[in-house]
Amino acid sequence: MDFLLDNFVALTVTGLSLGAIYALVALGYTLVYGVLQLINFAHSEVFMYGAFAATWTVYAMGGRAGASTGAVIGYLLAALVAAMAFSGLIALLLERVAYRRLRKQNAPRLIALISAIGASFALAELMGLRDKVADFLGLGEALRPYVRGARNSSGFPEIIDTTPLFTLGDYDVTNIDLLVITSALVMMLALDLFVARTRFGRGIRAVAQDPESASLMGVNSDRTVQLTFLLGGLMAGAAAVLYVVKIGSIRFDTGFLLGVKAFTAAVLGGIGNLRGALLGGFVLGLAENYGSALIGTEWRDVVAFTLLVVILLFRPTGLLGESLAKART
Amino acid sequence: MSDTTTEQTGASHASRRSFRERVAGLPKPVKLVAWVLLAVLLYLLPIINPPILTTPDIDFGGVLLTVTLYVLVALGLNIVVGYAGLLDLGYVGFYAVGAYGVAVLTSQQASWPFLLALPVAVLAALVSGVILGAPTLRVRGDYLAIVTLGFGEIIRLIAVNSESLGAASGIPGVGTPPSIELFDVPKLVWDGGVASVNVDDTSTFLLFSVVDLIPYYWLTLTVVFLVIWADIRIKASRVGRAWEACREDEDAAELMGVPTFKFKLLAFAMGAFIGGLSGALYAGKQGFISPNSFLLLFSILFIAAVVVGGQGNRWGVIVGAVLVAYLPERFREFTEWRVLVFGIALMLLASFRPQGLLPPRRTVRARKLEERLGALQEGGDRRG
Repeated sequence: MDFLLDNFVALTVTGLSLGAIYALVALGYTLVYGVLQLINFAHSEVFMYGAFAATWTVYAMGGRAGASTGAVIGYLLAALVAAMAFSGLIALLLERVAYRRLRKQNAPRLIALISAIGASFALAELMGLRDKVADFLGLGEALRPYVRGARNSSGFPEIIDTTPLFTLGDYDVTNIDLLVITSALVMMLALDLFVARTRFGRGIRAVAQDPESASLMGVNSDRTVQLTFLLGGLMAGAAAVLYVVKIGSIRFDTGFLLGVKAFTAAVLGGIGNLRGALLGGFVLGLAENYGSALIGTEWRDVVAFTLLVVILLFRPTGLLGESLAKART
Repeated sequence: MSDTTTEQTGASHASRRSFRERVAGLPKPVKLVAWVLLAVLLYLLPIINPPILTTPDIDFGGVLLTVTLYVLVALGLNIVVGYAGLLDLGYVGFYAVGAYGVAVLTSQQASWPFLLALPVAVLAALVSGVILGAPTLRVRGDYLAIVTLGFGEIIRLIAVNSESLGAASGIPGVGTPPSIELFDVPKLVWDGGVASVNVDDTSTFLLFSVVDLIPYYWLTLTVVFLVIWADIRIKASRVGRAWEACREDEDAAELMGVPTFKFKLLAFAMGAFIGGLSGALYAGKQGFISPNSFLLLFSILFIAAVVVGGQGNRWGVIVGAVLVAYLPERFREFTEWRVLVFGIALMLLASFRPQGLLPPRRTVRARKLEERLGALQEGGDRRG
């Protein structure tokens, strides 16, 4: 208890920056669930691929500690573009390979979930075996720096020096904390505006509300579903960059745990509700941090899972309710 | 749809149906003898060591034991997923409760004999099933999947973090079942199609040790036969029909007076019971357990076994479990690819054969009916 009170500000700030990442990934779950009522279990791998794309990009550009501010911004932007593009691509591929056929056949939701689980494992293992795959394709030598140690963590080059910006309570808020929280908020604001104001966003809301009427009204529901997956992938890509900047490394199986937590965040806020994902992410990040301060860091994941179970039992519609359809302000 | 198409689909199934009918038409004593012969063959499998089937790199008896344990798990999970239609992604949790129950009682905290610890551990698994099921079975199907997934991970994390459960390094020295040394069974060796008896390599009938896993195989196989027998009885009873009704349409079942929640809980508890049983047997065989034996991956492999085989059909599920457990051992050089292959296989199955390799007859019938209904409402509701 004393530990919690003594480090309250620190726990809050780090909890918020962790929560921001959860929230960005949670958007992918929420969007797809809102439109298709489908738990896109493989979304965590979309995130993981983005994180690798970001890491490789900075590595290929030769980014290392002590670069000038301009260079750092360049690296980060390049990583962001690469990660968002790669994640978006994977998300589209996922929709095409794992879900489209099932959607057309109107298969039961559990079958779709099984397909999603299969896709998730296949994608994660593909990344975990990338050295073998590269050898198999005869590219092993050329890609050695990217594929070696496929089953270990890959470090993200430390291009940003962690510097304290200002003191809050007795905690020095660092530039990384600030970067993560603000960029997550900006991304989410952009997505919220996109869904609430644009024609495409209106299409998404229409399909979420009633797919048949939407298609009668001239909304191309296939395109809309693709767009939904793409948006989720883009957000996951952004989250991936923030993750590797904050945590510093990524592994082929990182996606699973983060994915379950992001899903928890989505459910916590009310799955299908974009602002709910934001709220859920922050609440989960804080709860995890406070919880592990109270009962020990090794129980951190147990706190998250228990929270998930408790929420689903007592308020399955989440804090803000499920409503992608009514996302209009 | 015209009548010709119905006839065609009927004809494509004709050969299989006639085989089934022929089997069903055999006189009862013949069937009994056939079953007994099959059982004896299965018991003798590790002794015969048939070429091709046998595993070149590791002990064949051990592989058969693993396969049988998977079959047991798959039978249990089939009750939950196949019969009652509840997707349980944390089944390894019950398996872990059973295994830890035995390990804690025979080694870590007390030194009970195995046969006393086993029922307690299995009971603990059953109770954990009820505790998890009672509140969660009311939530939506896909939420249930996620809740159970969380449960499985919580169980593992608790084991990792509790000193009294051996923490991350696990529990060594788990008790073994009591041995009665009666006689030695020599194994066969094959040399280019010719079998000869190898007198030096023997298995002692019911000597449970880490060196020789064949007696464990016999024990587990016996348990599997008992479970199959119970499974057949339950499936054909009122309970089995109630599960089917819950799976097909919960609201309709409830309206017809089936207390769906009670039956779902029963399915969950029975699944947990069998999961705990296989976990307890696993702990006895392994002699040592660690949290790494209960990763989420195993839940997924169990689900894969059930789905690949054909959820709801006990024989299909057995085939699925055999495939999932045996193939990676037989082709050990590809072990590291197995999760990748399972992932892809799950995706392909979900898309192209969602009922599994051997779907239950019930599903085949229902689908035909659905096709006919769909044809009747021609051009109607595509999504709904």
